[in-house]
Amino acid sequence: MKKNKKNEVSNFKKINRRDLIIGASSIGAISLAPKKLLSEEANPENLPPNLPEWTQYLGDGVDVNPYGMPSEFEGHVIRRNVEWLTASAESSVNFTPLQDLEGFVTPNGLCFERHHGGVSVINPQDFRLMINGLVDREMIFTLDDLKRFPQTNKFYFLECAANGGMEWKGSQLNGCQYTFGMVHNVQYTGVKLSDLLLETGLKEKAKWVLAEGSDSSGMTRSIPIEKILDDCIIAWAMNGEALRPEQGYPARLVVPGWEGNMWVKWIRRLEFGDKPYMTREETSKYTDLLTSGKARMFTWVMDAKSVITSPSPEKPILSKGLHQLRGLAWSGRGKIKRVDISIDGGKNWKTAQLHSPVLSKSLTRFTLPFEWNGEELLLQSRAIDETNYVQPTISELQKIRGVNSIYHNNSIATWLVSKNGKVDNVRLG
Amino acid sequence: MSGLVRWILSFSLIIFLVNSTIASERKFNLGQIANKEEVDGWDIDVRPDGLGAPIGSGTALFGEEIYTEQCAACHGDFGEGADRWPALVGGEDSLASHDPEKTTGSYWPYASTMYDYIYRAMPYGVAQSLSFDETYQIVAYLLYMSDIIEEDFVLSDKNIGEIEMPNRDGFLLPDPRPDIINTQGNPCMSNCQVSTNIIGKARDIDVTPEDE
Ligand code: HEC
Repeated sequence: MKKNKKNEVSNFKKINRRDLIIGASSIGAISLAPKKLLSEEANPENLPPNLPEWTQYLGDGVDVNPYGMPSEFEGHVIRRNVEWLTASAESSVNFTPLQDLEGFVTPNGLCFERHHGGVSVINPQDFRLMINGLVDREMIFTLDDLKRFPQTNKFYFLECAANGGMEWKGSQLNGCQYTFGMVHNVQYTGVKLSDLLLETGLKEKAKWVLAEGSDSSGMTRSIPIEKILDDCIIAWAMNGEALRPEQGYPARLVVPGWEGNMWVKWIRRLEFGDKPYMTREETSKYTDLLTSGKARMFTWVMDAKSVITSPSPEKPILSKGLHQLRGLAWSGRGKIKRVDISIDGGKNWKTAQLHSPVLSKSLTRFTLPFEWNGEELLLQSRAIDETNYVQPTISELQKIRGVNSIYHNNSIATWLVSKNGKVDNVRLG
Repeated sequence: MSGLVRWILSFSLIIFLVNSTIASERKFNLGQIANKEEVDGWDIDVRPDGLGAPIGSGTALFGEEIYTEQCAACHGDFGEGADRWPALVGGEDSLASHDPEKTTGSYWPYASTMYDYIYRAMPYGVAQSLSFDETYQIVAYLLYMSDIIEEDFVLSDKNIGEIEMPNRDGFLLPDPRPDIINTQGNPCMSNCQVSTNIIGKARDIDVTPEDE
């Protein structure tokens, strides 16, 4: 008798699970089509006063998911890429789904990826960090060596300098994810370079560091010694677990507040020298071309920026009444001091609530409650950092830099909320 | 121990002591001292002044063949770029135009960077497979296609730091940001004079990927 019942249960569970998977993939399929989302309705059999299946039958045991994954109903919360952007997926980028995240921490599996030669797969036993050049002792460290140094644990945002790069000439991509998603924010565990260098010593002439990755692009960037000694880290963990392969496992460089390209993943070498190395990534790329035909070089800091994550093109307003506007703000120059919100395209502004912790060079969450009665809105957010730098408009940036500099677009975006609640990325002028 | 050996040993001990008093002390006693062979194997970078350039040489004449074999499929026979792969040649005088074309010829300030990058990262997917001479040959061929050197010019570790690239002075330092100093932390809060006309919608451009 007992046995039979057990069979019944597990049979039921099987069918039920399959239904769920189908359900999840269809949710994924329509996540960017707000209209269909509206028609996704609850199953009345699961609502009061009825008894849902999950209330009656056993769920999965503790032996089913040794590494837990998000709910099957969250299948739409994924990194996405733009296929036409690049010739090859191994030298390309995908985007963090900021519109679906809360708080200020980015889950490890959703941190955007940018590689120049695909994801290297490295057995940590085979990891070596070489330090050479103008040091007292040229040295090699294993991962275990690094973990025995004094440890630091810090939250930092990492933003690609090309985040929003497609929006210089006009609104191009209709999504919060595609226009702002080259940023993530995690807690890094690692060793400060200022501690590591106590072991190698440093020659007085050392002014620059070449950081080199061991991936197939041999990623290299020059970093001034002041920054290296100030707050740079060799990190091996993010959000409490080992770095993800796509984030540089087993170890990467952390360069707080500075453009993501410098945070060399799969790090293998730091060379100290008296001059910058002028690598491809700091000449051909990551230089900001102005209308004069001259280009700015070594533009490292990420200026203050903010984005409204909901409402946003992926998060339409579904009903009238009270809503919580949500967003994220950050600055490579320190802490966020204030975020203002406009619902009329920048004519009038209200200050949003910042949620603690408000940390230096970290994403900061803000919210602002608002009533929607079906009217058109032009939503904007404007960050101010502790240096009193105010996030600019796109026309302020264009006046000085033109439209061809690709990198460092930290301008205010505008979301148009239409009367039907749909949200569009628009350009005002 | 002979007197001479003892003398050499004590001498080298003195050198060692002198060195270690100038150099800082190791603080944690973690990690290993790297030997020259280890460092030489990994220290592949080449600086604008030629520092780090491995001994070797090549001309465009020889470069053409290996470029055609190993590079042209993606970068085009003349460096013009096939499909969406990057162009390496062309774009002269385009940098101040509406559609700047940034190539090794039109944009890159140093030939050393071409050597450094091609050796470390190309051909795409088979990194560090070229010999030093092959790399000099290919760089020479690219420079020749951009009219920077003659076809028979022998590019080598001796002169790679002296090649004059057309856009050598095309870069501005230091970073002038913050270059937008609008309101010193006190921006307009009400009745601000801004234009709220919608002049463009991403939806109309219609290039946003859609989930299947
Ligand atoms: C399979 C296609 C492919 C082949 C073959 C290939 N490349 Fe590339 N090349 C690329 C890609 C992709 C990039 C851009 C990589 C990135 O995004 O970091 C690139 C970048 C470059 C660049 C830098 C371009 C710039 O503007 O920054 C140079 C120079 C270059 N390749 C030279 C070569 C040479 C020389 C060879 C032959 C030895 C070669 N490539 C073979 C695909 C290829």
